[in-house]
Amino acid sequence: MIIRSFLRSGSLLLLALLASGAAALAQESPYFVTYDHYLEEPGSLEVEYFSNFATQRGGNAFAAYWLEFEYGATAWWTTELYLDGQSTFSDSTIFTGFRLENRFRLLKSEHVVNPVLYVEYEQISEADKIMKEIEGHDIEADHAIPNAILRQEHNHELELKLLLSSTHNGWNLALNPLATKPLTGGDPWEFGYALGVSRPLALKASANHCSLCRENFVAGVELYGGLGDRYSFGLNNTSHYLAPVVAWNLPSSWTLRLSPGFGLNDNSHQFLLRWGVSREFSRFGTMLASWFEGHR
Amino acid sequence: MSSAQRAAISVCLALAAFCLAAGQSGDSAPPKSDTSVYGELRKAPVKAAARRNPLESDPDAISAGAKLFELHCAECHGANADGGRKAPSLRADEVQSATPGTLFWLLTNGVVRKGMPVWSRLPEPQRWQLVSYIKNLGASAPAASQ
Repeated sequence: MIIRSFLRSGSLLLLALLASGAAALAQESPYFVTYDHYLEEPGSLEVEYFSNFATQRGGNAFAAYWLEFEYGATAWWTTELYLDGQSTFSDSTIFTGFRLENRFRLLKSEHVVNPVLYVEYEQISEADKIMKEIEGHDIEADHAIPNAILRQEHNHELELKLLLSSTHNGWNLALNPLATKPLTGGDPWEFGYALGVSRPLALKASANHCSLCRENFVAGVELYGGLGDRYSFGLNNTSHYLAPVVAWNLPSSWTLRLSPGFGLNDNSHQFLLRWGVSREFSRFGTMLASWFEGHR
Repeated sequence: MSSAQRAAISVCLALAAFCLAAGQSGDSAPPKSDTSVYGELRKAPVKAAARRNPLESDPDAISAGAKLFELHCAECHGANADGGRKAPSLRADEVQSATPGTLFWLLTNGVVRKGMPVWSRLPEPQRWQLVSYIKNLGASAPAASQ
Protein backbone atom coordinates (compact mmCIF):
# COMPACT_ATOMS: atom_id res chain seq x y z
CA MET A 1 0.00 0.00 0.00
CA ILE A 2 2.77 2.39 1.01
CA ILE A 3 4.81 1.41 -2.03
CA ARG A 4 1.80 1.95 -4.27
CA SER A 5 1.12 5.43 -2.88
CA PHE A 6 4.83 6.23 -3.12
CA LEU A 7 4.86 5.23 -6.78
CA ARG A 8 1.68 7.24 -7.36
CA SER A 9 3.17 10.39 -5.82
CA GLY A 10 6.42 9.71 -7.71
CA SER A 11 4.45 9.57 -10.93
CA LEU A 12 2.77 12.88 -10.07
CA LEU A 13 6.16 14.47 -9.39
CA LEU A 14 7.42 13.16 -12.70
CA LEU A 15 4.39 14.50 -14.54
CA ALA A 16 4.82 17.89 -12.86
CA LEU A 17 8.46 17.97 -13.94
CA LEU A 18 7.59 17.00 -17.49
CA ALA A 19 4.91 19.64 -17.70
CA SER A 20 7.11 22.47 -16.49
CA GLY A 21 10.68 23.63 -16.24
CA ALA A 22 13.22 24.69 -18.78
CA ALA A 23 14.49 21.99 -21.04
CA ALA A 24 17.97 21.87 -22.49
CA LEU A 25 19.31 19.76 -25.28
CA ALA A 26 20.60 16.52 -23.96
CA GLN A 27 23.82 15.51 -25.66
CA GLU A 28 23.81 12.07 -24.14
CA SER A 29 25.96 9.06 -24.70
CA PRO A 30 24.20 5.94 -25.99
CA TYR A 31 25.55 3.64 -23.27
CA PHE A 32 23.34 1.69 -20.89
CA VAL A 33 26.04 0.08 -18.75
CA THR A 34 29.29 1.91 -19.54
CA TYR A 35 29.97 5.43 -18.28
CA ASP A 36 32.04 8.01 -20.10
CA HIS A 37 33.65 10.90 -18.21
CA TYR A 38 31.00 13.49 -18.96
CA LEU A 39 28.93 14.60 -16.00
CA GLU A 40 25.55 16.28 -15.83
CA GLU A 41 25.72 20.05 -16.37
CA PRO A 42 25.62 21.94 -13.03
CA GLY A 43 22.07 22.60 -11.89
CA SER A 44 20.53 20.27 -14.48
CA LEU A 45 18.29 17.35 -13.61
CA GLU A 46 17.89 14.47 -15.99
CA VAL A 47 14.92 12.20 -15.45
CA GLU A 48 15.36 8.85 -17.11
CA TYR A 49 13.31 5.69 -17.49
CA PHE A 50 14.97 2.50 -18.67
CA SER A 51 13.76 -1.01 -19.34
CA ASN A 52 15.64 -4.26 -19.70
CA PHE A 53 13.87 -7.24 -21.27
CA ALA A 54 15.66 -10.59 -21.05
CA THR A 55 14.97 -14.10 -22.23
CA GLN A 56 15.37 -16.73 -19.51
CA ARG A 57 16.25 -20.41 -19.82
CA GLY A 58 14.87 -22.55 -16.99
CA GLY A 59 12.46 -19.82 -15.92
CA ASN A 60 10.29 -16.96 -17.09
CA ALA A 61 11.45 -14.05 -19.22
CA PHE A 62 11.31 -10.69 -17.47
CA ALA A 63 11.28 -6.96 -18.00
CA ALA A 64 13.13 -4.98 -15.36
CA TYR A 65 12.97 -1.20 -15.22
CA TRP A 66 14.41 1.68 -13.35
CA LEU A 67 13.71 5.35 -12.85
CA GLU A 68 16.79 7.51 -12.60
CA PHE A 69 17.17 11.06 -11.31
CA GLU A 70 20.56 12.43 -12.33
CA TYR A 71 21.58 15.82 -11.00
CA GLY A 72 24.64 17.94 -11.75
CA ALA A 73 25.57 19.20 -8.29
CA THR A 74 28.70 20.94 -9.62
CA ALA A 75 30.78 20.72 -12.79
CA TRP A 76 32.83 17.99 -11.07
CA TRP A 77 30.14 16.10 -9.11
CA THR A 78 27.01 14.34 -10.34
CA THR A 79 24.63 12.60 -7.97
CA GLU A 80 21.92 10.09 -8.91
CA LEU A 81 19.01 8.24 -7.37
CA TYR A 82 17.70 5.01 -8.92
CA LEU A 83 14.42 3.28 -8.15
CA ASP A 84 14.34 -0.29 -9.47
CA GLY A 85 11.54 -2.73 -10.23
CA GLN A 86 10.79 -5.73 -12.37
CA SER A 87 8.02 -7.85 -13.86
CA THR A 88 8.70 -11.52 -14.34
CA PHE A 89 6.21 -13.03 -16.76
CA SER A 90 3.76 -15.53 -15.19
CA ASP A 91 5.11 -14.50 -11.79
CA SER A 92 4.80 -10.98 -10.32
CA THR A 93 5.70 -7.29 -10.53
CA ILE A 94 7.75 -5.98 -7.63
CA PHE A 95 9.77 -3.02 -6.42
CA THR A 96 13.34 -4.22 -5.91
CA GLY A 97 15.20 -1.37 -4.26
CA PHE A 98 17.14 1.84 -4.72
CA ARG A 99 20.65 3.03 -5.44
CA LEU A 100 22.44 6.27 -4.59
CA GLU A 101 25.25 7.02 -6.98
CA ASN A 102 27.90 9.74 -7.04
CA ARG A 103 30.48 10.47 -9.71
CA PHE A 104 33.45 12.74 -9.08
CA ARG A 105 35.64 14.15 -11.80
CA LEU A 106 39.24 13.79 -10.61
CA LEU A 107 41.05 16.15 -13.00
CA LYS A 108 40.05 19.73 -13.65
CA SER A 109 40.74 19.77 -17.38
CA GLU A 110 40.66 17.41 -20.33
CA HIS A 111 43.38 14.82 -20.80
CA VAL A 112 43.97 11.94 -23.18
CA VAL A 113 42.37 9.65 -20.56
CA ASN A 114 39.97 11.23 -18.10
CA PRO A 115 39.34 9.46 -14.79
CA VAL A 116 36.11 9.77 -12.84
CA LEU A 117 35.51 8.09 -9.48
CA TYR A 118 32.15 6.34 -9.11
CA VAL A 119 30.75 5.49 -5.67
CA GLU A 120 27.37 3.83 -5.27
CA TYR A 121 25.36 2.52 -2.34
CA GLU A 122 22.74 -0.07 -3.20
CA GLN A 123 19.89 -1.39 -1.11
CA ILE A 124 18.30 -3.94 -3.39
CA SER A 125 16.80 -7.39 -3.15
CA GLU A 126 18.08 -10.48 -4.94
CA ALA A 127 15.09 -10.05 -7.26
CA ASP A 128 16.67 -6.97 -8.82
CA LYS A 129 17.15 -7.70 -12.52
CA ILE A 130 18.02 -4.39 -14.14
CA MET A 131 21.53 -5.69 -14.88
CA LYS A 132 22.97 -2.19 -14.70
CA GLU A 133 26.27 -3.85 -14.08
CA ILE A 134 27.40 -7.46 -14.24
CA GLU A 135 29.67 -8.39 -11.36
CA GLY A 136 31.30 -11.40 -9.76
CA HIS A 137 29.61 -14.64 -10.72
CA ASP A 138 26.29 -13.14 -11.85
CA ILE A 139 24.80 -15.68 -14.26
CA GLU A 140 21.49 -16.32 -16.01
CA ALA A 141 20.45 -19.08 -13.61
CA ASP A 142 20.31 -16.52 -10.74
CA HIS A 143 17.23 -15.02 -12.37
CA ALA A 144 15.32 -18.29 -12.84
CA ILE A 145 14.22 -18.43 -9.19
CA PRO A 146 10.65 -17.19 -8.43
CA ASN A 147 10.29 -13.63 -7.16
CA ALA A 148 8.71 -14.76 -3.89
CA ILE A 149 12.00 -16.42 -2.95
CA LEU A 150 14.38 -13.88 -4.45
CA ARG A 151 12.79 -10.89 -2.75
CA GLN A 152 13.37 -12.40 0.70
CA GLU A 153 17.07 -11.62 0.52
CA HIS A 154 18.15 -7.98 0.74
CA ASN A 155 21.58 -6.68 -0.16
CA HIS A 156 23.39 -3.61 1.05
CA GLU A 157 26.31 -3.06 -1.28
CA LEU A 158 29.03 -0.55 -1.88
CA GLU A 159 30.09 -0.34 -5.49
CA LEU A 160 33.21 1.42 -6.72
CA LYS A 161 34.17 2.07 -10.32
CA LEU A 162 36.98 3.90 -11.99
CA LEU A 163 35.56 5.44 -15.14
CA LEU A 164 38.29 5.92 -17.72
CA SER A 165 37.23 7.69 -20.85
CA SER A 166 38.83 9.28 -23.88
CA THR A 167 37.36 11.20 -26.80
CA HIS A 168 39.24 11.76 -30.03
CA ASN A 169 37.93 12.77 -33.46
CA GLY A 170 34.39 12.21 -32.25
CA TRP A 171 35.11 8.68 -31.05
CA ASN A 172 34.58 7.97 -27.37
CA LEU A 173 36.29 5.01 -25.78
CA ALA A 174 35.39 4.20 -22.16
CA LEU A 175 36.56 1.48 -19.81
CA ASN A 176 34.98 0.91 -16.40
CA PRO A 177 36.59 -1.63 -14.06
CA LEU A 178 34.35 -2.18 -11.02
CA ALA A 179 34.54 -3.67 -7.53
CA THR A 180 31.56 -4.40 -5.30
CA LYS A 181 31.55 -5.15 -1.58
CA PRO A 182 28.44 -6.48 0.17
CA LEU A 183 28.17 -4.57 3.46
CA THR A 184 26.45 -7.46 5.23
CA GLY A 185 27.01 -11.19 5.32
CA GLY A 186 30.79 -11.22 4.86
CA ASP A 187 30.67 -11.96 1.13
CA PRO A 188 33.91 -11.17 -0.72
CA TRP A 189 34.69 -8.31 -3.09
CA GLU A 190 33.32 -8.98 -6.57
CA PHE A 191 34.68 -7.62 -9.81
CA GLY A 192 33.45 -6.76 -13.27
CA TYR A 193 34.06 -4.56 -16.29
CA ALA A 194 32.34 -2.55 -18.98
CA LEU A 195 33.86 -1.29 -22.20
CA GLY A 196 32.17 1.04 -24.65
CA VAL A 197 32.96 2.78 -27.90
CA SER A 198 30.68 5.27 -29.65
CA ARG A 199 30.60 8.11 -32.16
CA PRO A 200 28.01 10.61 -33.44
CA LEU A 201 26.93 9.88 -37.01
CA ALA A 202 28.02 13.40 -38.03
CA LEU A 203 30.55 15.69 -36.35
CA LYS A 204 29.42 19.06 -37.73
CA ALA A 205 26.11 20.56 -36.71
CA SER A 206 23.70 21.59 -39.41
CA ALA A 207 22.62 25.22 -39.46
CA ASN A 208 18.93 24.47 -39.00
CA HIS A 209 16.98 22.98 -36.14
CA CYS A 210 16.16 19.41 -37.06
CA SER A 211 15.25 16.17 -35.34
CA LEU A 212 16.56 13.74 -37.92
CA CYS A 213 19.96 15.37 -38.52
CA ARG A 214 22.77 12.84 -38.42
CA GLU A 215 24.54 14.71 -35.62
CA ASN A 216 21.61 13.90 -33.31
CA PHE A 217 22.35 10.18 -33.50
CA VAL A 218 25.16 8.50 -31.58
CA ALA A 219 25.92 4.83 -32.21
CA GLY A 220 28.33 2.41 -30.64
CA VAL A 221 28.81 -0.91 -28.93
CA GLU A 222 29.22 -2.09 -25.34
CA LEU A 223 30.93 -5.15 -23.90
CA TYR A 224 30.37 -5.98 -20.24
CA GLY A 225 30.61 -8.87 -17.83
CA GLY A 226 31.77 -10.29 -14.51
CA LEU A 227 35.29 -11.13 -13.41
CA GLY A 228 34.63 -13.34 -10.40
CA ASP A 229 35.43 -12.46 -6.82
CA ARG A 230 38.37 -12.11 -4.49
CA TYR A 231 38.74 -15.89 -4.09
CA SER A 232 38.07 -16.89 -7.69
CA PHE A 233 39.05 -14.03 -9.95
CA GLY A 234 38.70 -14.67 -13.67
CA LEU A 235 36.19 -15.69 -16.29
CA ASN A 236 35.14 -19.02 -14.77
CA ASN A 237 31.38 -19.14 -14.09
CA THR A 238 30.76 -15.56 -15.24
CA SER A 239 28.49 -14.01 -17.87
CA HIS A 240 29.35 -11.55 -20.64
CA TYR A 241 27.38 -9.50 -23.14
CA LEU A 242 27.97 -7.66 -26.39
CA ALA A 243 25.43 -4.94 -27.15
CA PRO A 244 25.17 -2.45 -30.01
CA VAL A 245 23.77 0.86 -28.72
CA VAL A 246 22.17 3.88 -30.33
CA ALA A 247 20.92 7.17 -28.91
CA TRP A 248 18.76 9.79 -30.56
CA ASN A 249 19.17 13.23 -28.99
CA LEU A 250 16.14 15.31 -29.90
CA PRO A 251 16.35 19.12 -29.91
CA SER A 252 13.31 19.13 -27.62
CA SER A 253 15.62 17.80 -24.85
CA TRP A 254 14.36 14.24 -25.04
CA THR A 255 16.77 11.36 -25.62
CA LEU A 256 15.78 7.90 -26.78
CA ARG A 257 18.13 4.93 -26.45
CA LEU A 258 17.96 1.38 -27.75
CA SER A 259 20.27 -1.59 -27.32
CA PRO A 260 19.83 -5.25 -28.25
CA GLY A 261 22.31 -7.35 -26.26
CA PHE A 262 23.65 -10.83 -26.89
CA GLY A 263 25.03 -13.26 -24.35
CA LEU A 264 28.54 -14.44 -25.15
CA ASN A 265 28.62 -17.70 -23.21
CA ASP A 266 26.30 -20.34 -21.75
CA ASN A 267 26.07 -18.51 -18.42
CA SER A 268 24.61 -15.41 -20.08
CA HIS A 269 21.04 -14.59 -21.01
CA GLN A 270 20.77 -15.31 -24.71
CA PHE A 271 19.11 -12.02 -25.57
CA LEU A 272 18.56 -8.66 -23.86
CA LEU A 273 16.62 -5.72 -25.20
CA ARG A 274 17.19 -2.43 -23.43
CA TRP A 275 15.49 0.85 -24.18
CA GLY A 276 15.27 4.16 -22.41
CA VAL A 277 13.78 7.61 -22.58
CA SER A 278 15.09 10.64 -20.75
CA ARG A 279 14.59 14.37 -20.49
CA GLU A 280 16.84 17.05 -19.12
CA PHE A 281 15.69 20.03 -17.03
CA SER A 282 18.28 22.75 -16.88
CA ARG A 283 16.85 25.01 -14.15
CA PHE A 284 16.14 22.38 -11.53
CA GLY A 285 19.04 23.45 -9.28
CA THR A 286 18.02 27.09 -9.29
CA MET A 287 14.43 26.12 -8.55
CA LEU A 288 15.41 23.84 -5.68
CA ALA A 289 17.92 26.30 -4.22
CA SER A 290 15.31 29.07 -4.12
CA TRP A 291 12.86 26.64 -2.54
CA PHE A 292 15.40 25.86 0.20
CA GLU A 293 16.16 29.57 0.67
CA GLY A 294 12.45 30.31 0.92
CA HIS A 295 12.07 27.83 3.77
CA ARG A 296 15.04 29.00 5.86
CA MET B 1 7.32 -2.91 10.61
CA SER B 2 6.76 -4.71 7.31
CA SER B 3 9.42 -4.95 4.60
CA ALA B 4 7.27 -2.72 2.37
CA GLN B 5 7.22 -0.01 5.03
CA ARG B 6 10.97 -0.32 5.54
CA ALA B 7 11.52 -0.05 1.78
CA ALA B 8 9.28 3.02 1.54
CA ILE B 9 11.09 4.74 4.43
CA SER B 10 14.49 3.91 2.92
CA VAL B 11 13.45 5.31 -0.45
CA CYS B 12 12.10 8.49 1.17
CA LEU B 13 15.37 8.96 3.06
CA ALA B 14 17.36 8.41 -0.15
CA LEU B 15 15.15 10.92 -1.96
CA ALA B 16 15.63 13.44 0.85
CA ALA B 17 19.42 12.98 0.71
CA PHE B 18 19.35 13.46 -3.05
CA CYS B 19 17.24 16.64 -2.82
CA LEU B 20 19.43 18.00 -0.01
CA ALA B 21 22.56 17.54 -2.13
CA ALA B 22 20.81 19.18 -5.06
CA GLY B 23 19.47 22.07 -3.01
CA GLN B 24 22.74 22.81 -1.25
CA SER B 25 24.74 22.87 -4.46
CA GLY B 26 22.30 24.60 -6.76
CA ASP B 27 23.89 28.01 -6.51
CA SER B 28 27.55 27.01 -6.66
CA ALA B 29 28.20 28.68 -10.01
CA PRO B 30 29.69 32.17 -10.06
CA PRO B 31 27.18 35.03 -10.38
CA LYS B 32 27.02 37.33 -13.38
CA SER B 33 29.21 39.90 -11.69
CA ASP B 34 32.00 37.39 -11.08
CA THR B 35 34.28 38.06 -14.00
CA SER B 36 37.24 36.17 -12.53
CA VAL B 37 36.40 33.40 -14.97
CA TYR B 38 37.79 35.64 -17.72
CA GLY B 39 41.22 35.15 -16.16
CA GLU B 40 41.06 31.52 -17.24
CA LEU B 41 41.44 32.67 -20.84
CA ARG B 42 44.99 33.74 -20.06
CA LYS B 43 45.84 30.18 -19.02
CA ALA B 44 45.51 28.78 -22.55
CA PRO B 45 48.82 27.26 -23.68
CA VAL B 46 50.53 29.21 -26.45
CA LYS B 47 50.18 26.34 -28.91
CA ALA B 48 46.44 26.00 -28.21
CA ALA B 49 45.89 29.76 -28.40
CA ALA B 50 47.59 29.89 -31.79
CA ARG B 51 45.27 27.35 -33.40
CA ARG B 52 43.24 28.73 -36.27
CA ASN B 53 39.55 28.07 -36.70
CA PRO B 54 39.32 25.52 -39.55
CA LEU B 55 35.72 26.60 -40.16
CA GLU B 56 36.59 30.30 -40.45
CA SER B 57 35.48 30.42 -44.07
CA ASP B 58 32.53 28.05 -43.67
CA PRO B 59 29.42 30.12 -44.49
CA ASP B 60 27.23 27.94 -42.24
CA ALA B 61 29.51 27.94 -39.21
CA ILE B 62 28.01 31.01 -37.52
CA SER B 63 24.40 29.93 -37.91
CA ALA B 64 25.22 26.38 -36.82
CA GLY B 65 27.13 27.86 -33.87
CA ALA B 66 24.12 30.01 -33.02
CA LYS B 67 21.96 26.90 -32.90
CA LEU B 68 24.47 25.10 -30.68
CA PHE B 69 24.73 28.14 -28.41
CA GLU B 70 20.97 28.26 -27.97
CA LEU B 71 20.87 24.55 -27.15
CA HIS B 72 23.89 24.25 -24.84
CA CYS B 73 25.06 27.66 -23.62
CA ALA B 74 22.18 30.13 -23.48
CA GLU B 75 20.84 28.68 -20.23
CA CYS B 76 23.90 29.99 -18.34
CA HIS B 77 25.30 32.77 -20.55
CA GLY B 78 21.92 34.26 -21.48
CA ALA B 79 19.98 34.09 -24.72
CA ASN B 80 21.97 37.04 -26.10
CA ALA B 81 25.27 35.88 -24.61
CA ASP B 82 25.42 38.98 -22.40
CA GLY B 83 25.58 37.00 -19.19
CA GLY B 84 23.17 35.23 -16.90
CA ARG B 85 22.79 34.30 -13.26
CA LYS B 86 25.36 31.54 -13.59
CA ALA B 87 27.89 32.72 -16.15
CA PRO B 88 29.41 35.95 -17.48
CA SER B 89 28.91 37.78 -20.75
CA LEU B 90 30.58 36.49 -23.88
CA ARG B 91 30.38 39.95 -25.44
CA ALA B 92 32.98 41.28 -23.01
CA ASP B 93 36.30 42.55 -24.37
CA GLU B 94 38.18 39.75 -22.61
CA VAL B 95 36.29 37.17 -24.65
CA GLN B 96 36.09 39.07 -27.90
CA SER B 97 39.80 39.86 -27.92
CA ALA B 98 40.75 36.23 -27.21
CA THR B 99 42.00 34.19 -30.15
CA PRO B 100 39.73 31.50 -31.62
CA GLY B 101 42.20 28.91 -30.36
CA THR B 102 41.89 30.25 -26.81
CA LEU B 103 38.10 30.04 -26.89
CA PHE B 104 38.28 26.54 -28.35
CA TRP B 105 40.69 25.52 -25.57
CA LEU B 106 38.40 26.93 -22.88
CA LEU B 107 35.36 25.21 -24.36
CA THR B 108 37.23 21.92 -24.48
CA ASN B 109 38.59 22.07 -20.92
CA GLY B 110 35.89 24.06 -19.16
CA VAL B 111 36.52 25.82 -15.86
CA VAL B 112 35.39 22.93 -13.75
CA ARG B 113 36.12 24.48 -10.34
CA LYS B 114 34.09 27.56 -11.24
CA GLY B 115 31.06 25.80 -12.66
CA MET B 116 31.81 25.70 -16.40
CA PRO B 117 31.65 22.09 -17.59
CA VAL B 118 34.01 20.61 -20.17
CA TRP B 119 32.46 20.61 -23.62
CA SER B 120 34.67 18.04 -25.29
CA ARG B 121 31.46 16.02 -25.40
CA LEU B 122 30.67 18.10 -28.49
CA PRO B 123 32.75 16.97 -31.48
CA GLU B 124 35.59 19.31 -32.51
CA PRO B 125 33.80 20.78 -35.55
CA GLN B 126 30.84 21.75 -33.33
CA ARG B 127 33.16 23.47 -30.86
CA TRP B 128 34.70 25.43 -33.73
CA GLN B 129 31.19 26.34 -34.91
CA LEU B 130 30.52 27.71 -31.42
CA VAL B 131 33.76 29.68 -31.56
CA SER B 132 32.68 31.15 -34.92
CA TYR B 133 29.40 32.27 -33.37
CA ILE B 134 31.01 33.73 -30.23
CA LYS B 135 33.60 35.67 -32.22
CA ASN B 136 30.84 36.98 -34.45
CA LEU B 137 29.07 38.46 -31.41
CA GLY B 138 31.74 41.17 -31.34
CA ALA B 139 30.81 42.20 -34.85
CA SER B 140 27.09 42.39 -34.11
CA ALA B 141 25.42 45.13 -32.06
CA PRO B 142 25.06 44.40 -28.33
CA ALA B 143 21.63 43.22 -27.29
CA ALA B 144 19.33 45.36 -25.21
CA SER B 145 20.20 45.15 -21.55
CA GLN B 146 18.30 42.54 -19.59
